[in-house]
Amino acid sequence: MRPSRTIDISTGLFVMLGLAAILFLVTQITNREFTVNSTSYRLRADFENIGGLKAGAPVSMAGVTVGRVEDIQYDMKLLKAVVTLRLDGRYNEIPNDSDASIFTAGLLGGQYVGLSPGGSEEFYKDGDRIEFVQDAVVLENLISKYLFNSASKTEAAPAAAPESQE
Amino acid sequence: MPALLTEFASGLKNFLERVGRLARFGLQLAALTPGGLLRVRPIIEQVYNTGALSLVIIMTCGLFVGMVLGLQGYEMLSRFGSEEYLGTAVALGMLKELGPVITALLFAGRAGTAIAAELGLMRATDQIAAMEIMAVDPMRRVVLPRFLGGVIAMPLLSAIFIVIGLFGAQLVGVQWFGIDQGSFWSQMRGAVELDDIGEGLIKGAVFGVACSLIAVYEGYHALPTAEGVGRATTRTVVNSAVVTLFLDYILTAIML
Repeated sequence: MRPSRTIDISTGLFVMLGLAAILFLVTQITNREFTVNSTSYRLRADFENIGGLKAGAPVSMAGVTVGRVEDIQYDMKLLKAVVTLRLDGRYNEIPNDSDASIFTAGLLGGQYVGLSPGGSEEFYKDGDRIEFVQDAVVLENLISKYLFNSASKTEAAPAAAPESQE
Repeated sequence: MPALLTEFASGLKNFLERVGRLARFGLQLAALTPGGLLRVRPIIEQVYNTGALSLVIIMTCGLFVGMVLGLQGYEMLSRFGSEEYLGTAVALGMLKELGPVITALLFAGRAGTAIAAELGLMRATDQIAAMEIMAVDPMRRVVLPRFLGGVIAMPLLSAIFIVIGLFGAQLVGVQWFGIDQGSFWSQMRGAVELDDIGEGLIKGAVFGVACSLIAVYEGYHALPTAEGVGRATTRTVVNSAVVTLFLDYILTAIML
């Protein structure tokens, strides 16, 4: 057995190193750009279709993350998806006719809520509902729309466009 | 055929008996833990033995695991032109699976065997019997500090392993392959949630309890012969590895 002082020191060093590693993981690796605090406020938006939006997804204005999607529920009366957004208290002067849309980050990225400012003089307050919304674009719908369109075109004028039947 | 069947039945009975004993041993230790925590001195010594002395091997292995993940991940991701996701891939892989599991396997190999051999040798040289004669409870005096030392050291080792691994991946990805440093870390930050880190730490703690328990159990119950001590260390490694991977599956299924 080595003298106990050396053991104490190296044990202390080891424990500090371990705690420092945990601290590093918690503070440096996770997303800290938006934190929920007392000044943050909630907005509500009703969508017909939210696509693949998930709770925790970012809410952004002009590309800057100003909040997070807190909760997603389906309202049986409205027959719509009710999305609760939690916005950072720093951004408390958003015009109350701003609209919310669901976008996809990149071609395969996750979905997020984008707010684009309106021209109103008044601002959103805690608990307000966003009136103007735009649903998520579902890629399958777009493709099927495109396919059906082109199919009906070729059916309608088969003689006019014989080369399209190749 | 019946002979085979009876052999199987007795094997199963043996297995169940050992599981039952292990569980009873674990409960005994858990009951002693509140009182044992007050005696800090022996626990510090064991944290030193299991933790501080395992540091070098944990850090070295963490570095290499991170580097190899960086290499493989880069090779894979560069086919899709999305190299900057390397940070995300390595961080999630390390945090959720590789960090706790590999640390537990190394821990069983480095610290678990040392504990088992020490306790087994104490048993073989009648030191444990001598303690009982002197009315010193060997469970309290010898077994418990080793168990608690392992339980404390394992999550810390696991966190160190993960952090070193991330820097290993960064070394390969950023320094050698030229991924942008900013996007490496920011992609990682964007994808890793606090829950993921919690998952890694919970896994580390659970594996720590399991591996320490197996090591002290096998050592304490070793046959008092040279061969018995050898078998105790072997069993420690094998059982720890199996139990770790089994628990890993269960924990992943629960926390997914």
